[in-house]
Amino acid sequence: MAQAEATLPASGSASTGAPSTALTTADGTPLKVSIRRAMRRNKLLAFGLTLPLLLFITFSFLMPIFEMTFNSVDNRPVANTLHRSAAALQSWDGQGLPSEAVYAAMAEDLKQAAEERSIGRVATRLNYQESGMRSVMMGSARMIERHEPPWKEALIDINAAWGEGSTWRLIKRESGAITFSYYLNAVDMTYADDGSIVAQPEWRQIYVKLFWRTAWMSILITALCLVLGFPIAYLLANLPSRHANLLMILVLLPFWTSLLVRTSSWIVMLQNEGVLNDLMVWIGVISDDGRIQMVYNRIGTLVAMTQILLPFMILPLYSVMKGISPSYMRAARSLGANPLVAFWRVYVPQTLAGVGAGGILVFILAIGYYITPALVGGQSGQLISNYIAYHMQQSLNWGLAASIGTILLAGVMVLYLIYNRLVGIDKMKLG
Amino acid sequence: MTKSTNIVEFKHVQKSYDGEELVVKDLNLDVERGEFLTLLGPSGSGKTTVLMMLAGFEVPTHGELLLNGKPINSVPPHKRGIGMVFQNYALFPHMTVGENLRFPLDVRKISRAEADKKVQKALDMVRLGDFGNRRPAQLSGGQQQRVAVARALVFDPELVLMDEPLGALDKNLREEMQFEIKHIHETLGVSVVYVTHDQSEALTMSNRIAVFDQGIIQQLASPSDLYERPDNAFVAYFIGENNRLRGRVKEHSGESCTVELENQGGSIKALNVNTGGQGSPTTLSLRPERVSVNPENGEVPNVFEAEVQELIYLGDHIRTRVKVCGNDEFIIKIPNAHGHAVIKKGESVRIGWAMEDCRALDA
Repeated sequence: MAQAEATLPASGSASTGAPSTALTTADGTPLKVSIRRAMRRNKLLAFGLTLPLLLFITFSFLMPIFEMTFNSVDNRPVANTLHRSAAALQSWDGQGLPSEAVYAAMAEDLKQAAEERSIGRVATRLNYQESGMRSVMMGSARMIERHEPPWKEALIDINAAWGEGSTWRLIKRESGAITFSYYLNAVDMTYADDGSIVAQPEWRQIYVKLFWRTAWMSILITALCLVLGFPIAYLLANLPSRHANLLMILVLLPFWTSLLVRTSSWIVMLQNEGVLNDLMVWIGVISDDGRIQMVYNRIGTLVAMTQILLPFMILPLYSVMKGISPSYMRAARSLGANPLVAFWRVYVPQTLAGVGAGGILVFILAIGYYITPALVGGQSGQLISNYIAYHMQQSLNWGLAASIGTILLAGVMVLYLIYNRLVGIDKMKLG
Repeated sequence: MTKSTNIVEFKHVQKSYDGEELVVKDLNLDVERGEFLTLLGPSGSGKTTVLMMLAGFEVPTHGELLLNGKPINSVPPHKRGIGMVFQNYALFPHMTVGENLRFPLDVRKISRAEADKKVQKALDMVRLGDFGNRRPAQLSGGQQQRVAVARALVFDPELVLMDEPLGALDKNLREEMQFEIKHIHETLGVSVVYVTHDQSEALTMSNRIAVFDQGIIQQLASPSDLYERPDNAFVAYFIGENNRLRGRVKEHSGESCTVELENQGGSIKALNVNTGGQGSPTTLSLRPERVSVNPENGEVPNVFEAEVQELIYLGDHIRTRVKVCGNDEFIIKIPNAHGHAVIKKGESVRIGWAMEDCRALDA
């Protein structure tokens, strides 16, 4: 009895019997507080155990992603270097030519940029928007020391481009701290001289086509993986375990082989003088000069990527199929369904979670795949990721690479959300 | 052609999975139209294999299977028209209850209106009339069980197979469902072949029970015959509780025989049911409830002094373990009736039983 009294708080409110507020432990501390206290140690321990991974992911994954995303809109090099001009251009209405004050500000900016050697980045950046701007900026920065005011005449003297309104409109547009030009470029758009958004000229349009090609190839690869993987997964799930284990090893074997080796071996298999062509010539299916081009094009990418991504389809399918009791098929057959109907109406619908999981996994992997298309894709088999790499490594247009990458990331996120809504992300598991 | 009285006939059916061991050895079994036949046996006795052969999921290695007088050895399961209830119900999880019931009607291309009617009738039969739109996962175990039964019956099969359908239910629900299935069987007049390892389930529901062991039907009889007149030691042991005493036949005359128990346990007068004749070893089977305490002199031929080892109070009766005839596992059930014999642990009591209740079986 004494104990029962002690569990009630001293205040009379206990008699109202509201359990959420009234419950306390024997010494009077609220129950929830003491539960928290009791759990704290475990929570700290769990957190401590995951801390190394958390730090690793933060520094090697999350921060680079944020930085990359930021790169796609970052315009600070231009904004900082041309900060006087940018401020002066604020009041310009964009008609005719700006006032002498603006020219003076630009001259100051150019002088400082030449001294600090920061003009190169600005020139390159503006050149992305308007070819020719590089030489305008570089030349002007080099020459400005030798000129005197008035700056309007001096700058136009250095380069006639300063006497054109479009040059100034471009600088006004592109001197903010952030820019959306990269995103516009990534979808084959650009700003027109009057600031409106228009499509790039036809010969410069590549990315939209590439996005579509990437999406289409990924769908094709996903479909191929499903068609090829479904029967294997079914066998795996239904064979006696002795045979199933052997088959499982065959499925997993590619995981234990270097990606590079696998991709290269496809070159050996598929190239003009390769195994497959030789075989077909030898059998007589094709003539010696009718060898089929199967690598360094879209077919090469398709074949090699399907083979590489197949396990990512098979494993989720297998794990779902493993859980489907054979008695469902038996029940369907005992109820009068022939084997085909039983399979289609009873078995297949129950595998949909696996089809969804495998499909989304393969599709997402395919959409960002790099090495394989780079090696076996030739020109027509290149995917969007190859262009991201190109802009990262060759053209050094990181902003464009970042914006293409961000668009890709957003697309994948949307897919995840759709999948989560339809199937539930918790259903995704490997094996 | 008139329909034969047997809906199913097994003729010399044998089944082996590995070619080395026969799971079913020479099965000859007729299932009468409209009867409730239970295949009862311990696990591995071949009873489920028999059911699977009947359903068409296993092919007999040898012998012939007749359904309505026609051989069905090579008829695939979906053309046999046999309803089946599975151990784990096998309700299709991606369909509602209504769609589950409609499935067998759909594949038979039955018109929509008629299918609706049949589905509702079947659901009403199992008292789940309002549950048509639920998913199986939203139902309790007992409700799922009833849906499975309804689904097996909705297309009006003449024969329904049930493979341990109540195994997953708790005791109370199981007893309730036993009654319900029995009731449905009686109402519809459908033939049922039921597989279970639970003897009380078999005794409650069946018209006839086939007791399986090691691939052989040990005895095929009505529940009361099976319990009261087991043919052999396995059946006596498997069905209900029984006291077993081992010995040799000393002499036999007609129905009765005298058995000399091993370990100088004494000699007992028993019913000669299944012994090998004079001198052969035998197992005596005696139901605990057929033993009387303090019998009147001359009332029964077998009377012995027993030492009370243990008393277990079970409410309706008192289970008493005694030592008698050199056997200290001898059980007596004393009904908790008004004025029943009061005995205490360690006491010595006189017990006795009739010759007819003590069956001399094979060793």
